[in-house]
Amino acid sequence: MFKWAHTKFILRELSSVFVAWFVVITLLQIRALSEGNEAYAQFQQWLAKPAVVAANLISFCFVLLHTITWFNLAPRAMVVHVRGKRLPDAVIAASNYLGWLVISIGLIWFLRER
Amino acid sequence: MSKRPIEPFLWTLFSAGGVVAAVLIPAHLFLFGLAFPLGWLRPPTYEFLHGLLRSPLVRLYLFVLCALPLFHWAHRFRYTLYDGFQIKHLNKVIEALCYGGAVLGTALAGYLLMYAG
Repeated sequence: MFKWAHTKFILRELSSVFVAWFVVITLLQIRALSEGNEAYAQFQQWLAKPAVVAANLISFCFVLLHTITWFNLAPRAMVVHVRGKRLPDAVIAASNYLGWLVISIGLIWFLRER
Repeated sequence: MSKRPIEPFLWTLFSAGGVVAAVLIPAHLFLFGLAFPLGWLRPPTYEFLHGLLRSPLVRLYLFVLCALPLFHWAHRFRYTLYDGFQIKHLNKVIEALCYGGAVLGTALAGYLLMYAG
């Protein structure tokens, strides 16, 4: 029998490998930026290689899986009371998603072409 | 696994790293990993990014963006190997590799950011 719950658990745990991959690229990016214009241009060329784009596409899917599973678990870890009443899980999850959306749009706006 | 006094601390790092990774990594990875290389959006110039790297606040942000997710990875990956793949006899080696990797990565991030810009 195919156990979806177990597969989902393994995929969620494996998302951490792609989180680590992101840190590796970010460290390479910081190094390239401090080495100069030419080093950074080379780094950008490396990022545009089909294999690297493919790795980043897979990583992006896993990171999204991490975000979704993390936010869906958050209401269980974070019990919020307002005027003595426990906030429904859906409200907590929705506010997490909203915060994520606002921060993501802010980052994209800040790092757009200029 | 034995309960050691350091476990709650490691769990806190895992949890904080999980939040940082969930909130910040998708947008960063989307931009630098997909949107810019594939030409969906025009990338910022070298001068702009290099200028950002001079700001102490940006360096602190990048340090947190690298360090906490690494400890998130270390904790999760350790349990993936431990529970998921049932490699219990190598527990000490796994712990050394995971947390050691996170500590090394954090030190590298600190070093790069200290001399960046």
